Amino acid sequence: MTTTEKKIGTAANFVDERLGAAKWVKKSLNKVFPDHWTFMFGEVCMYSFIILLLSGTFLTFWFDPSQKEVVYNGSYEPLQGLKMSAAYASTLNISFEVRGGLLMRQIHHWAANIFMAAIVAHLLRVFFTGAFRKPREFNWILGILLLTLGLVEGLLGYSLPDDLLSGTGLRITSAIIQAIPVVGTYAAFFLFGGEFPGTDFIPRIFTLHILIIPGIFLAVITIHVMLVWYQKHTQFPGVGRTEKNVVGHPILPVYMAKAGGFFFVVFGITAFISAVASINPIWLYGPYTPGQISAGSQPDWYMGWLDGLVRMAPPLETHAFGHTISWNILIPAVIVPGIIFTGMALYPFIESWITGDKREHHLLDRPRNVPNRTALGVMSITFVMISLINGGNDIIATNFDLSINQIMWFSRIGIFILPPLAFIITKRLCLSLQRADRELLLHGAETGRLLRLPHGEFVEVHAPISPEKAYLLQSHEQLVPLEIEDVDARGVRRPGAIKNKLQRRLSKAHAVSVPKVTEQELKEIENH
Amino acid sequence: MSNELTPIDDSALPQHAPRATDVSPASEKRAEQQVAILFGLSGVGSLLLIYSYIFVKDTVFIFIPIMGNQNAQQLGIGIGMAMSLFFIGIAAIHWAKTLMPDKEIVNHRHEFRSSDEDRAELVQTVKEGVAGVQLGRRKLIKRSLGAAIGLFALPPVLLLRDLGPLPGKKLETTNWKVGTRLLTDPGNRPILASDLEVGAVVQVLPAVADMEHRPLSDIAKDPVLLIRLRPEEFQLDAERLAMTHEGIIAFSKICSHMGCAVALYEQTTKHLLCPCHQSTFDVTRAAKVIFGPAARPLPQLDITVDAEGYLVARAPFNEAVGPSFWERNSQ
Amino acid sequence: MKRLSRYRRHKAAGPLLLIFALFAIGTTFSVASATVTETQSVFDRSASIEEGKQIFLKGCSSCHGLNAEGASIAPSLIGVGAASVDFQVGTGRMPMADMSTQAMRKPRVYNEEETAALAAYVASLAPGPAIPGESELNYERDGNTAEGGELFRNNCAMCHNFAGQGGALSQGKYAPTLMGVEPKHIYEAMVTGPQSMPVFSDKTITPEEKLSIIKWIKSAEAEPNLGGATMGRIGPVSEGLLAWVLGLGLLIGIAVWLTTRAR
Repeated sequence: MTTTEKKIGTAANFVDERLGAAKWVKKSLNKVFPDHWTFMFGEVCMYSFIILLLSGTFLTFWFDPSQKEVVYNGSYEPLQGLKMSAAYASTLNISFEVRGGLLMRQIHHWAANIFMAAIVAHLLRVFFTGAFRKPREFNWILGILLLTLGLVEGLLGYSLPDDLLSGTGLRITSAIIQAIPVVGTYAAFFLFGGEFPGTDFIPRIFTLHILIIPGIFLAVITIHVMLVWYQKHTQFPGVGRTEKNVVGHPILPVYMAKAGGFFFVVFGITAFISAVASINPIWLYGPYTPGQISAGSQPDWYMGWLDGLVRMAPPLETHAFGHTISWNILIPAVIVPGIIFTGMALYPFIESWITGDKREHHLLDRPRNVPNRTALGVMSITFVMISLINGGNDIIATNFDLSINQIMWFSRIGIFILPPLAFIITKRLCLSLQRADRELLLHGAETGRLLRLPHGEFVEVHAPISPEKAYLLQSHEQLVPLEIEDVDARGVRRPGAIKNKLQRRLSKAHAVSVPKVTEQELKEIENH
Repeated sequence: MSNELTPIDDSALPQHAPRATDVSPASEKRAEQQVAILFGLSGVGSLLLIYSYIFVKDTVFIFIPIMGNQNAQQLGIGIGMAMSLFFIGIAAIHWAKTLMPDKEIVNHRHEFRSSDEDRAELVQTVKEGVAGVQLGRRKLIKRSLGAAIGLFALPPVLLLRDLGPLPGKKLETTNWKVGTRLLTDPGNRPILASDLEVGAVVQVLPAVADMEHRPLSDIAKDPVLLIRLRPEEFQLDAERLAMTHEGIIAFSKICSHMGCAVALYEQTTKHLLCPCHQSTFDVTRAAKVIFGPAARPLPQLDITVDAEGYLVARAPFNEAVGPSFWERNSQ
Repeated sequence: MKRLSRYRRHKAAGPLLLIFALFAIGTTFSVASATVTETQSVFDRSASIEEGKQIFLKGCSSCHGLNAEGASIAPSLIGVGAASVDFQVGTGRMPMADMSTQAMRKPRVYNEEETAALAAYVASLAPGPAIPGESELNYERDGNTAEGGELFRNNCAMCHNFAGQGGALSQGKYAPTLMGVEPKHIYEAMVTGPQSMPVFSDKTITPEEKLSIIKWIKSAEAEPNLGGATMGRIGPVSEGLLAWVLGLGLLIGIAVWLTTRAR
């Protein structure tokens, strides 16, 4: 035994005698993580969060969260002598007086944008592969919670510098709060400490942005990751992979080296983008005052779709009994997002109700094998994309010689027509892909080589596919509709007949799929 | 369920194919060198960062194609930092991929459901525990506990009461009073009707006691846009026409939709466009909404001139300016 | 020289020489064209009203009417002033190439003298804003950048964007970019209100304030990219796009490499 080993042994002994950690650590180090590039999105989220914590802490050393009026006399000439809030002035100070300060600001902002993008990519991966199914419904809901928190945290964050663009965003936020019936006006006054914008808001959202929400984030991320740890990661189907096992590299050393290295890669790439590309140049926006506005005022991309929905809303207000209800704000900014996020959170339960499937699932679905879910996902993406396009309609109009009115009408009509169309097309595509899989399994891969048979017929030569591939193509389960009877064994109508009918219909639609190749069919082919 | 179809037999795990670094000492050596070089590049990055931080002045700009003139210090620190981080990561991953053992191993999953015995024991324990609390028997304690918790919930809510004042009539009032002068923003100069040519716009704010320090919450309600048209271009009813002065019409600049500044005036079409959500208002028809999500026209300010000929408000706004709210009477 | 000729047959010599030659031609050309503009910018004030009228009758009257009284397709030019003509014709917007929604900036059709003659003719019809002289356009001396920024954000940014990059108006019209526009033309646009743009009267935005606006625009134009590539200075849309394409794109690339087995 070398001296180093001895030393480590002594330390380990010290810890283990007090915590009994050896057993647990031993088990943990053998923990297996399957490899797939789509499994890295979650890691990108977590690492971006750490980058946000580090760069954010750096920024707080100089940032002054105050709306006190000051006169700027820093080094940026085009703003010298102007009155502005201390928050804005200190952000200029970070950008121009602190060495590396602008870089840190940009790292913080780019990391936020990448964080949100990675959350969405992670969510899509989990959705399309069915990783949210039992037993992972809790973690799915936590993920939706993290996404929602991210939206709020991002909005508050880019509002802190108190520049013209973010102030405009806050103006809109206050209008949304104000639009809530009965309590809205009071809520807005309590949040802003009086009338918009007041002088209390920046200090308040600063506390939320740097303490409360990151605290919740940290707690939820911890539970999220612990659940992945405890429930073990899902894996894609393949040879040797079953519902009962998980195949991959152990934590020590490969996974630890790769995951640790990937943190540095994420940080490095964020730093690279921050070094070469400007983000949120607040010195150009100018200090916030409600009387000013810039053409092309947009929120960051993850809020852009909401802004797009607000833009395309019909001009509806109800005026009655001395009260006003702004449907033009409530529908796009409160009701529709509310439905979307609630629907997302409940989706695992909805799907399991439709399929009647209450079993545990650890093998992922190939998206084509669950056409309905995949189509629903693509439909949602289409919905958000149209909203997002409309959120940038003025930028698109100027850059592509279009008219904002045209884009607006395209979105207003398209938001109703295109998502269902996307659903239908996707479902068809999935079924075609299933059919192609079936052909591949039965007849092998097309080689493009033609063969002339003795009697003159031309046939294409098919090459047999590898056993691994063949296994993959038939490893999924055939979707089967639920059998629900309207009447029970004694011929009495069951209670909840309408619910049953709905469930049966949905289940039938969900189970539309190409019949799987059976063993018998394969045998028949072989015998030919 | 769907288990009637027997899945085709699972063949064994594929043979573990060795990597080049597993069989050839030369490529193993090369991989080791590559990892070392990558770590070295990270060091170079750190040195670049340190050099740029200390020795490069923040007034130095260098021209880079596509990107334009870049601040050398910012770029040096950034690229240095990016390199020092990125190459540590790449080196570690390359090391793990080429030199660390790449044999995949298999873990087994356990069912999450607890055994029936465990469940039964838990139910028993909980039952015993709850029985020990005796809430069922001790009605007095149960009720007073409920009351105490109910009352306990109130103070935290109450303590937040002073977050802000009550709205009152604040959203319905602005600094425009009878005879308030219209001043240019910025500049705070009074305006003669003759100062505006046809087609001219002026951003104005009301004359108040302390014009150097207007609270932003006032600027969120007070701004007005003055526009001069040819009087014959108006299509207004008599009441609205009387609120104009020699072809000059004044609207609240705060959008009736979500409160952005609607200052985007198109002289040819006489339309006002809000850059936030593209609500379009027709100036000749008292800012009627002709496109976009806004549901109400912009409030019009009644203007005239005072004895000295300067433009003033004849009356305050007769409705609340800015976005809608529950208490707003929009009849 | 001998040492240089040794590299004559180097494989990089051809491409290098080509690049050098292109660079040399480009530089010469840009220097030459710069001198040309300088000689042209001498303002010929002696242009006669009569000459302007002849140009007008030939080039403009078909839309604006024989006496510049306007018609259904084009506005009256009586009282628009010399500044208006100098802006519209000097930036090539007039004469219009086609009857599209908006006249856009393009290479000018009439030279300095012809433009001056046209301006003199239109100015003779009725009084209107005059072309500002060199001495009235000394924005470097008379302007204040910060004040100009304040005025710009209040009066201009809603159409031309916070950095003067331009923006969308309704029905396909747009506010053009202000980058690279001559100070004279910016000034003329403010006093005359061309096309969709409203007029900014000298009484409400004083000539000094206008110079401040110009000074701010010029400072924004000359401002180096303080935080890296600007992606058009159009706000978060291009930033979001870059975060997805470059940010997530690079990370996916690395993730694919990370999760494939080494060979």
